[in-house]
Amino acid sequence: MSRLDARFQIDYPGFRFDVACTVPLEGTTAVFGSSGSGKTTLLRCIAGLTRASSGFLQFDEAVWQDDASGIFLPVDRRRVGVVFQEARLFPHLTVTQNLKYGMKRSAPSPRRIEFDHVSALLQLEPLFQRRVSHLSGGEQQRVAMGRALLTNPQLLLMDEPLASLDRQRKKEIIPFLQRLNQEFRIPVLYVSHDLHEILQLANHMVLLKEGRVVATGPIQDVFARLDLPELVESNVVGAILETRIAEHEPHFGLTRVEFLGQSLFLPQQALPPGAPLRVQILSRDVSLAVGAPLATSSVLNALEATIAEVSESPGDPYAVEVKLDVGCPLLAMITRKSFHQLRLRPGQKVHASFKAVALN
Amino acid sequence: MNIPEMDWGPLWLTMQLAGVTVVVLLLVGTPVAWWLAFTRSKFRTLIEAIVALPIVLPPTVLGFYLLVALGPHGLIGGPWKDLTGSALSFTFTGLVIASTFYSLPFVVQPLHGAFEAVGKKPLEAAWSLGASRLDAFFTVASPMAVRGYLSAVVLGFAHTLGEFGVVLMVGGNIPGVTKVLSIAIYDHVEVLEYTQAHFLSAVLLIFSFFILAIVYTVNRRLPIQVS
Repeated sequence: MSRLDARFQIDYPGFRFDVACTVPLEGTTAVFGSSGSGKTTLLRCIAGLTRASSGFLQFDEAVWQDDASGIFLPVDRRRVGVVFQEARLFPHLTVTQNLKYGMKRSAPSPRRIEFDHVSALLQLEPLFQRRVSHLSGGEQQRVAMGRALLTNPQLLLMDEPLASLDRQRKKEIIPFLQRLNQEFRIPVLYVSHDLHEILQLANHMVLLKEGRVVATGPIQDVFARLDLPELVESNVVGAILETRIAEHEPHFGLTRVEFLGQSLFLPQQALPPGAPLRVQILSRDVSLAVGAPLATSSVLNALEATIAEVSESPGDPYAVEVKLDVGCPLLAMITRKSFHQLRLRPGQKVHASFKAVALN
Repeated sequence: MNIPEMDWGPLWLTMQLAGVTVVVLLLVGTPVAWWLAFTRSKFRTLIEAIVALPIVLPPTVLGFYLLVALGPHGLIGGPWKDLTGSALSFTFTGLVIASTFYSLPFVVQPLHGAFEAVGKKPLEAAWSLGASRLDAFFTVASPMAVRGYLSAVVLGFAHTLGEFGVVLMVGGNIPGVTKVLSIAIYDHVEVLEYTQAHFLSAVLLIFSFFILAIVYTVNRRLPIQVS
């Protein structure tokens, strides 16, 4: 599998940016961290917009930057598409001219991204004749994505593309981003400080804190780390499950999805049976039971689990965090009291019941 | 009122001088304005001050230094004479060079402001879309700074039209070569030809008014709002 290798060092007054990471060149890799952690700097270094005092960047086989041997490919020669936080459309050009600006300047390639394909996917056609200044924030961002895609990039860099949009607009754009990934198969590096966006979009993640990489890997693994709450100041994510829609039960308003041969129930979804669905479980929504699950319980979702690891929850003195194995990692946050009453210990078999939330 | 017997030479010469000067100013002033807008050099403020000097300096002072510099042994005039065999002072070319210095801030400052208003962000977007630096300058920065160019051209042109002190010092008063409108008016007044002075002044006044009125109207209707 091809990879992107990046190492950058920059000394700012009172802040040292020192990042080294390797990310797969497929799917979406989230660059996550609080503001000031160096996310945007990493993206700008990869784009070639910021030049690190010392840096190395290799895209698959091609070296884009190696300060040890004086190699630095300028941004217009790197085949990256950049979507900035503000759309940065050119106000003196029409929407169509904006879309074609990069297309006309990109190198010919056998696997071309077609203008019609992009405008259909992003629903850009109604905007063609509009003035850029008359577009809404969400429309501008869609044009900016189309413009970047039409340069036929090998890598798409997105710097908090949804940050300047309100909640409603975000909800409108996210399906476009998901489709974009499936349709064009261009690796995406997606910078965000919004956990929810990342859970919906990313397969892989790089977690930054104070200018350093503190965790990297597939998103399920990163969120299964017990030391994560300290790292991101958030301990909400119990697990991210890749499920498939099995059937709908419209009379109950439910959808049954399958995960590793077991069934989970969610509020009814709009997707057809067979469609993939990413499901999130919040660690606070998980409860544990020893022995067989009660047939009389109202709980629908229960999975067999093995306790892998236990740790104190630093923020909450009454709680402990339990890392479970349900075929994939699942974090549960339960009270210290229950933990002692049930005499839980690593290796023990339990039943985990929880509420599942669809991520789409 | 009878139109007096007029010598149109000075008016024509003035237009030529202002036109040529504006072209030279755009070629010289644009890179300077660009550098001022985007550099982080510590010499920036120094260059800014030098560019702005002609605004505060009495034209005769500027004219005096230019006369010395353009003279056959001067900083500019010397090499010029070695190169071409003729002196610069009291020539049309000398006037163009002098006017360029004199009107430089009126071209550089609007452009500087316009480039700063455009900022780095659209340029970064253009580069990331595969545009070279020069390509991005011509296809993104310049169209976005079109109001700045318009102001620069008009101010540079109008300021050169009205120049008097510098021209008198550097160009003298040679009919057909360096005798521009403002000096012709002065000459008419000197010999009490008030009718001719009135007429030339009115031409300059009306012309200046109309050019400014047109520019402000066009400016208002331009689609691009940068600043």
